[in-house]
Amino acid sequence: MRSLKLRLFAMLVSATGIIWLAAVIWIYVGSRGELEHVLDTRLQEAARMVASLASGFDGLPGSSAPAAVQPLGSYERQLSCQIWSLDGRMVAKSSGAPDQQLSPAASGFSDRIIDGEPWRVFSVEDADHNLRVMVGDRVGLRERLVTDLIKGLMLPALLIAPLLGAAIWASVGQGLRPLRRMAQDLCAREPDDMRHVATDRAPAEVRPLAVALNGLLSRVEAARRHEREVTAFAAHELRTPLAGLKTQAQVALAAEDPQVVRGALEQIVTAVDRSARLVRQLLTIARLDSDTVDAPLAPVAVGPILEEIVAATPRNDRTTVTIDASVRAMVLNTNAECLQLALRNLHENAIQHTREGCVVWTAGRNAIAIEDEGPGIPADELDQIGKRFFRGRLRSPVGSGLGLAIVKLALAKVGAELTISNREGRSGTRSELTFGVRATTGAAA
Amino acid sequence: MRILVVEDDPILSDGLRAGLSLTGATVDAVETCEDADAALATSRYSAVVLDIMLPDGSGLELLRKLRGRRDATPVLLLTARDSVGDKVSGLDSGADDYLAKPFDLDELAARLRAIVRREGGRAAPAMTHGAIVLSPADLSATVAGEPINLSRREFAILAALMERPEQVRSRAELEERLYGWQEDVESNAVEVHIHNLRNKIGKDAIQTLRGVGYRMGRTQ
Repeated sequence: MRSLKLRLFAMLVSATGIIWLAAVIWIYVGSRGELEHVLDTRLQEAARMVASLASGFDGLPGSSAPAAVQPLGSYERQLSCQIWSLDGRMVAKSSGAPDQQLSPAASGFSDRIIDGEPWRVFSVEDADHNLRVMVGDRVGLRERLVTDLIKGLMLPALLIAPLLGAAIWASVGQGLRPLRRMAQDLCAREPDDMRHVATDRAPAEVRPLAVALNGLLSRVEAARRHEREVTAFAAHELRTPLAGLKTQAQVALAAEDPQVVRGALEQIVTAVDRSARLVRQLLTIARLDSDTVDAPLAPVAVGPILEEIVAATPRNDRTTVTIDASVRAMVLNTNAECLQLALRNLHENAIQHTREGCVVWTAGRNAIAIEDEGPGIPADELDQIGKRFFRGRLRSPVGSGLGLAIVKLALAKVGAELTISNREGRSGTRSELTFGVRATTGAAA
Repeated sequence: MRILVVEDDPILSDGLRAGLSLTGATVDAVETCEDADAALATSRYSAVVLDIMLPDGSGLELLRKLRGRRDATPVLLLTARDSVGDKVSGLDSGADDYLAKPFDLDELAARLRAIVRREGGRAAPAMTHGAIVLSPADLSATVAGEPINLSRREFAILAALMERPEQVRSRAELEERLYGWQEDVESNAVEVHIHNLRNKIGKDAIQTLRGVGYRMGRTQ
């Protein structure tokens, strides 16, 4: 049964029905025993009464002939009475009483079948007056009494049953109203309405649901906000260079001063270079995103790759790059392309942020680190870096916010991890690549 | 016009400076909210070109702060987001106009002229004082219908004086209109420009109030 209301209704109605039925059975059994007792006592008293009456007549009138049997009056035919002499002649019987002897027993209760009907009979023997009195009633009559009693009980119950059902239906509906109200409230909402459902007025049974729902709403809202942020960051990073290009182009077209024209054209060249890098990074991200399988691993010499990157990255005269001998000699079980992507973006980042100073590459056990002498990263931004298009407060003028996202993606493909921290005791950033995170799990598999 | 450009992208910022200078404006450029706040607190600008996404915060925050201290400097927002909701929240934060990147330089300059004009209480694009008519859109000027040739700085001084003809402008105020931070101010530049202007538009066109400054002469 899918409907909570129907289920509750069915449960309440059947529980009520069962209780009623049990009560009826109880009353039936209980009153039946009680009734038997009462009727048996009546039989007993009637028999004794008749016996004492009959003993008053000496030499019973009908003692000579059964034809002279006297009617003893009627109990509305409920009770039948027979008076027999001890030698087996019927002396008298009540009207409607059967002719057959009611009971063979000399005294006490007995059950008999007479003319196909069950009887309950009580006999009293009076030896002094040569009498045996038998009083009996039909068991069928007794049954009818009990049945009538139960019918009397059941009839009002059956009349009340629909009313009770309606009352239960209405109460269940009333009890489920908070749920319905919540559903209506949620249905009526705008798609972007992420306000929490009120939990203070919710009943205790609905509250866990409301709390869980609020948790879900919060998570959906956070995911949406993150998506909006990424979209906004992306729009900014993609459209700003275009705006710069267009503005510089219009300056070049409008200016008459050759120096201004030349300056604008030079800026256009720089802007195109930067846009080309941005496009390259976007394509790299798209490729890393679409490639869901992990990159195949093979022994890779780190030295030549890093030297090539350093040689290909332009830097100003005041910045030096040092590659420690430990890195030059390093051979890692990794993927050459992913390693190259990670090292290149980290190196470009370090060069962009170090206006003057030294960029140092070092190696540890299964780890490569790069340290720069740039401004470092504000502590509150450390957990945000690596998000796509995120650029911190201390951004370099040429970045796009994609470099570290690429590093993370590339490293994930070879089971390596990136840890970024600020250098201790001096300004600058330390980025550490730890390899072999996957290698151990891969070996176990 | 003296314009403050708040934009962190070096190429766009440089382009705005060069481009707006071509339209006769003096441009100062800053990269962060903090620097913009400091610049606005110390100098008077005809208008601000404000990028929304800045390294140290949102341009909208800066705008609200500005309006919060009753600074009515006209602000034109530059933003990469161009949904209706973004435009509405930008304008409701106190912006006077809104342009989505990438934009047209001429349109930006025209919109800046418009919001500056509105701020000065004028609806007509040309500035008129007696027989003198200035057209900021193309930096042209006429006296009694005759075109006259003004240099960029002469035009800027005349425009500053004609914005509120009754008001006296001090020499420092005029210098501020003429020169950005990077430019060196020649000590008697304003006097030289005023002298040249009088030669071109008439001796009585500009009055000198000794020790106070300059204002436009009375019209007949």
